[in-house]
Amino acid sequence: MSKVLVVLETTADGLRSQSLPGVTCGQEIAAKTGGELHLLVLGANAGTHAQAVAAAGYGAAAVHTIDAAALDPFTAEAWADAIVHAAKTLGASHVGGTATSSLRDALPRAAALLDAPLVAEVVEVKSGDTFSRPVSAGRALLDLKVSAGVILFTARGTEFEAPAAGSAVAVSAIAAPALDTRGVQVLSVEKTASARPALTEARVIVSGGRGMGSGDNFVHLERLTDQLGGALGASRAATDAGMVPADLQVGQTGKVVAPELYIAVAISGAIQHLAGMKSSKVIVAINKDEEAPIFQIADYGLVAKWEDTIPRLTELVAAHTSA
Amino acid sequence: MKILVTVKRIPDPDEALKFTGGGLDYSSHKRVPNAFDEYAVETALRLAEKVGTKDRQAEVIVLSICPAGQRQHVTQFLAMGADRGVVVDVDEDTLDTIAVSKAIAAVYKKEGADLLIAGKLSQDNEGNQVAQRVAGLLGAPQACFAAQLAWDQAGKSLTVSREVDDGVETKKIPLPAVVSVDLRIVLPKSVQNGATSPDHAYQEGPRLASLRGITMAKRKKVATYSLADLGVSAGSSEQETAVVAPPARAAGQIVGSVDELVEKLTKEAKVL
Ligand SMILES: Cc1cc2nc3c(=O)[nH]c(=O)nc-3n(C[C@H](O)[C@H](O)[C@H](O)COP(=O)(O)OP(=O)(O)OC[C@H]3O[C@@H](n4cnc5c(N)ncnc54)[C@H](O)[C@@H]3O)c2cc1C
Ligand SMILES: Nc1ncnc2c1ncn2[C@@H]1O[C@H](COP(=O)(O)O)[C@@H](O)[C@H]1O
Repeated sequence: MSKVLVVLETTADGLRSQSLPGVTCGQEIAAKTGGELHLLVLGANAGTHAQAVAAAGYGAAAVHTIDAAALDPFTAEAWADAIVHAAKTLGASHVGGTATSSLRDALPRAAALLDAPLVAEVVEVKSGDTFSRPVSAGRALLDLKVSAGVILFTARGTEFEAPAAGSAVAVSAIAAPALDTRGVQVLSVEKTASARPALTEARVIVSGGRGMGSGDNFVHLERLTDQLGGALGASRAATDAGMVPADLQVGQTGKVVAPELYIAVAISGAIQHLAGMKSSKVIVAINKDEEAPIFQIADYGLVAKWEDTIPRLTELVAAHTSA
Repeated sequence: MKILVTVKRIPDPDEALKFTGGGLDYSSHKRVPNAFDEYAVETALRLAEKVGTKDRQAEVIVLSICPAGQRQHVTQFLAMGADRGVVVDVDEDTLDTIAVSKAIAAVYKKEGADLLIAGKLSQDNEGNQVAQRVAGLLGAPQACFAAQLAWDQAGKSLTVSREVDDGVETKKIPLPAVVSVDLRIVLPKSVQNGATSPDHAYQEGPRLASLRGITMAKRKKVATYSLADLGVSAGSSEQETAVVAPPARAAGQIVGSVDELVEKLTKEAKVL
């Protein structure tokens, strides 16, 4: 019988919500193989964090923990060792999680230690061994069939709904193995402070590009963003120029997002940018150049300068939300 | 210090994809270097050189797994300034990722390298996993998605700022180690090597080859190995069973004014 092990990440408040799409992907693999879903919580306080996960259950057979000081803060080195140990202890057939920056770091390392293939950025589970994933900046969808004793995967967050909670399940602790952080030291983790929703979870995103001209001008987009209760995004050109922090970059090498409404302002629409936002439900493009490729995928295009449109748009949205 | 940089050739991402029944036909595509690998070579050169002098404090070796007869990209990187090349002579499309990673790890050991710098991602297959795998195989520390890097020569370590989901993590790793580089590693002051002045601002992006570099490249050594030389088998854990174009979006419309836009977003799209 297949055993699908999904690795979760936690924060001080419990389960990190970004982990949920990976759980859904794991549920689908378990369903397609008639197997069991198992969840894994790692950290210095894994036992405590696992309680909330176990209460929600998510249809899992069990929630496992490895509690060890060496797992906090996250390092790919210690996490990969722990994941490998859990996979072997449980006899997992599949091991994966959401394609977050941490799991994209740790899971391939674990895959190498298990001498196993890893299917990255799964968007659809075709069967227990065949998965669809985007390639070439999202211009093609590839079905990859993998054959191995154990299969690793990361699930693209935008493509799997959050899982429904189920009945509570038991937590069982796996004794921590020797964890070797290979002499690495995490010196700091600087989180970008923001009162706005996370890009990957926002219902609305307003993104600015090089055509905004300067970081100061982003204040106009911030006002609009806040009226919409959304998140701020950016193109690579805007982040590279230091107009906004790097973690706001949307695209092939930035965040992959799929909000209900994506408003691209002064962004040309390079293929690498589109790769990160073209699954959005409704796309609006505001650009002064009517030839800009962004118009080819926009549901609504406005050929105009941001200076002439964003203030009015903000005003109308404000009037609409207060009405 | 020996820096090994992995470089891959990919079908030109600016050319349209050609879908055949169930696959992609790249036969007429021009092959170009993977952009992240250009950044990786630039990173290695910035670590190696002492700007303003002819001194070098590291040897930069570029490694590609590709047919030996199709290594133009390797020559390009030698022209850019790498010291020598290693080619693992096999059609990389016939290998699985496990084999690619094992071949790279084997060359790393053979060379006795101190640092591997890889791209974060191949732009074509978007695996985002080779660097992490090689680190695992070597039992070495890893710093992936690097945006900034400082080399402490006395301490034999690197301090690396990595772009993570909601910010930046700074991690210190002892050498030997594996690094994968993200886009912003090629900003003017992203790489500090302890010898070049920290105030030195590089031109943004990977450097172009000079005429002299192009001439010199022809004289630089390129060693060729087979998979068998490295004790690696091609592997068959991955099989592409179908390739399709993603569903197209329905055609959109151009609106004449902000007022019209808001009207449509409210009444038609119902997202406001
Ligand atoms: C390996 C690789 C990975 C990459 N990954 C990403 C990625 O993840 N995300 C990403 O975004 N890019 C990525 N890029 C970069 C991408 O190719 C483009 O260079 C980038 O997206 C361009 O950003 P932009 O649209 O803001 O700038 P530009 O292409 O310069 O476009 C600016 C636009 O602003 C418009 N404009 C100017 N002034 C105004 C005004 N006053 N009002 C309205 N419009 C105006 C112009 O008409 C133009 O269309 C990547 C590139 C490479 C090589
Ligand atoms: N055939 C290859 N030859 C040399 N390096 C490679 C090859 N394939 C992948 N790499 C390296 O691994 C990195 C990440 O690739 P990937 O994990 O496939 O996205 C690339 O940027 C290269 O540095």
